[in-house]
Amino acid sequence: MPPAPDVVAAARNAAAASRRGTERSRAVRAATERLVKRALFGCAALTVLSTFTILTILLWQSVGFFAMPEVSLGDFLTGTVWSPLLGDEKHFGIWPLVCGTLLVTAIAAAFALPVGLIVAVYLSEYAPRRVRAVLKPVLEVLAGIPTVVYGFFALEVITPFLHGQVSERFGTYNAASAGIAVGIMILPIVASLSEDALRAVPRSLRDAAYGLGGTKFDVSVKVVVPAALSGIMASWLLAITRAIGETMIVALAAGGLARMTADPTAEVQTMTAYMVQIFLGDAPATGVEYRSSYAVATVLFAITLAMTIAGDLFLRRFREEYD
Amino acid sequence: MAQFAVPPTAPSHRRPADIAASAPPASALARALRNRLFLAVCLACTALAVLTLVVLLVTIWREGSGSLSWDFLGRFASRKAADAGIKAPLWGSIWVCAVCALTALPIGVGTALYLEEFAPKSRLTRFISINISNLAGVPSIVYGILGLTAFVRLFGMANPDNPIEIGDPESFLFLRLPFGSGVLSGGLTLMLVVLPIVIVSSREALRSVPRSLRAGSLALGATTWQTTWNITLPASVPMIMTGAILAMSRAIGEAAPILVLGVPLFSRATPVNLMSDFTVLPLQIFNWAGRPQAEFHDLAAAAIIVLLAVLLTFNAVAVLIRQRLQSAAN
Amino acid sequence: MTTPPTPASTADATHARRPAIAPHGVAGAAPAPAGHPELAVRAAGFNSWYGQFHALKDLALDIPARKVTALIGPSGCGKSTFLRWINRMNDTIPGARAEGTLTLDGGDLLDRGMDVVELRRRVGMVFQKPNPFPKSIYDNVAFGPRLHRKHSRTDLDELVENSLRAAALWNEVKDRLKSSALGLSGGQQQRLCIARAIAVGPEVLLMDEPCSALDPRSTASIEQLIRELETQYTIVIVTHNMQQAARVSDVTAFFYEGRVVEVGDTDRIFTNPANKQTEDYVSGRFG
Repeated sequence: MPPAPDVVAAARNAAAASRRGTERSRAVRAATERLVKRALFGCAALTVLSTFTILTILLWQSVGFFAMPEVSLGDFLTGTVWSPLLGDEKHFGIWPLVCGTLLVTAIAAAFALPVGLIVAVYLSEYAPRRVRAVLKPVLEVLAGIPTVVYGFFALEVITPFLHGQVSERFGTYNAASAGIAVGIMILPIVASLSEDALRAVPRSLRDAAYGLGGTKFDVSVKVVVPAALSGIMASWLLAITRAIGETMIVALAAGGLARMTADPTAEVQTMTAYMVQIFLGDAPATGVEYRSSYAVATVLFAITLAMTIAGDLFLRRFREEYD
Repeated sequence: MAQFAVPPTAPSHRRPADIAASAPPASALARALRNRLFLAVCLACTALAVLTLVVLLVTIWREGSGSLSWDFLGRFASRKAADAGIKAPLWGSIWVCAVCALTALPIGVGTALYLEEFAPKSRLTRFISINISNLAGVPSIVYGILGLTAFVRLFGMANPDNPIEIGDPESFLFLRLPFGSGVLSGGLTLMLVVLPIVIVSSREALRSVPRSLRAGSLALGATTWQTTWNITLPASVPMIMTGAILAMSRAIGEAAPILVLGVPLFSRATPVNLMSDFTVLPLQIFNWAGRPQAEFHDLAAAAIIVLLAVLLTFNAVAVLIRQRLQSAAN
Repeated sequence: MTTPPTPASTADATHARRPAIAPHGVAGAAPAPAGHPELAVRAAGFNSWYGQFHALKDLALDIPARKVTALIGPSGCGKSTFLRWINRMNDTIPGARAEGTLTLDGGDLLDRGMDVVELRRRVGMVFQKPNPFPKSIYDNVAFGPRLHRKHSRTDLDELVENSLRAAALWNEVKDRLKSSALGLSGGQQQRLCIARAIAVGPEVLLMDEPCSALDPRSTASIEQLIRELETQYTIVIVTHNMQQAARVSDVTAFFYEGRVVEVGDTDRIFTNPANKQTEDYVSGRFG
């Protein structure tokens, strides 16, 4: 083809060339489009389906559980004794398990929420770039460590330390050890999500505070942290949700004795640890103990769902403020 | 931050500067001290986090490195600590993660594509979105219950005592209904666990592609799917892959959902097909760590070293892919 | 689409309104020849909204074929909105809707069942900021043609070369067709986007402030290009730059607050506007 002499001729040639070749079928294209859209919608629908399936299974099995003669819903929701495996008289009061979960979570939160936030403030406001470049990967590694490893850490390091250095009262299994390990596990979640929230606070706000003669402390703590509060709350709630649902650490380190106590040196059983106990054991699938694990799972699911929704509300508020 | 008190009647005649000067000055020393003190607290907390990681890694290395050998990787579990190895859980983890990756990636990316590129702005779309963020908060052990009912037992639709079997149980092509607590059930259960992570990170990746690129393609007469396939998806692949690898790191470390499925705690075989029995590394670690004898704790530590090495490899691959694809795009 | 009552406007209202006939751009080698050689796009009683915001009000405008029509007016007056209806790019914006008459070669542009993909092949668009794909220069130009037809390798090479020549870019890039389009300068990128639009063989080229992100030299070369392409395409250009409108266009339409205040030959609009607001705007007294 001889090169076109000028723009107009080239445009004419291009128009002609664009009409050469066989046209692709519009019907095929439209059909592909429809098919792809349906397939992708199918993927999205699957996520909804899995929620509904979880709900259905939990409710169905819980209904089966409460229909059993040994159990009543009232005792379950108000009872303070949980003894499904021991003795002749079985008691199904959920509170000891909830109490165990809350104790471990509270210990974890008392450690991880403030420390995580302070680490976040340091990373976002104070840390020189090179320190940040080292610390961020450290947090990522901490966040990527499987929870069973933290459970091992609790048994091998934290419990002996508590027993040897703090008090003889800490037994082989205790709430404090599990709580601290869970705290270490959620620390990177708090730190990195809170840091995201702090960094999202506009520069202009910091400049204004510095412009009024604020020290770095004034600016970080009195201006930036309050401005990022809803984002920080969201990170806290997410971390607490993870702590409540954590299984392997508590199954290893907290023990298996369901009781109502606020004593951190005591052996406790959490909701998740109870489920592990049942599913690891050979309880018959129709037995009352086996079914009880579904009722416990339902309570666990309800609590974490409520926490997640609350966290989302905070997050939405934060995004509205700064996006 | 300060609020000006507005006097109800007579305006003040004092100049703002005078009012400001009339208050006793905050001690500059105290302010500087507080600033320093806070920095010290920051450093202490950060040091605590780093120290924890160091103590964790050192402990595990000290206890586990002695048991670590090629033999350890190639032996099955045993009642005697000296003869025990992690061949079964290592291969089990690889199989299960492969199933998880091959299912979670297409479904997760597909959902993200639907929500970002195709979905109309409707109540249903909003509901799907909210539902996904709720799924992310569901404890993994609850997914185990879902997997137990949906995959292991197939909702009770087939009799577990007399399963329907298609193909040769010793070959790769073998299907059993219900699936039982085999590799497929394990992989699909982990898929459910990591699906929200894949979806959320893929959506972020797609959102990072500038709108102008999509507009450029649409204006040439490309359909939504042509635009997505040719323009949007290629531009977001590095970020999607990074997210996917993070999700896989999560999957390979999960023990709770697998535990619920009822997999055997002692496995003396590696999987040959998707129905084979299996166990995974975290579960083996849990098993060993929970025993009273110290020599099994050393084995747990050795298995942890292997698990962490796999995780580090994953992360290194993620970084590599990111760099490779970024340099290819430029 | 319902047809609203006859609009009151400064546009030629005596022009007999033709019915919106549906089939256009029928599949085949050549696009349907314009039923009315002088007229390409016609809007009458045209209204458009973004959600609650009434962006275009009772608009009437005729855009002649194979001429350059400039849409001018202050920011937010609706010129870009109007442009984006001509190739239905507004479909990608949630909450955007329109009523009234808007036709291309007599075919209804607002038809819900219309194949927007086919429409956008006939109506090319160049955006405010150059938006080359992160692909090679060659693949950028070949992207559109590949979507619509199976071209032979040689045909595609020829098409890419001619499109790049038509965009006056060939000589600068012929030795690096396989390198990334992102390595080009801003002006080159914008000409690549023009080549990309030309390569699908459009009848109409929409340009949404195509020079606003470019330096003066690149602007000059693109303006010259627009003048040269005029005999081949119906060009509609949105611009904030009145000198540019005066330099490149044959017809100018002045938009103000969602209405077309005045439309006419560019020379007349700039020398002897009939409307006071137009006069104020073109003489730089506001906007």
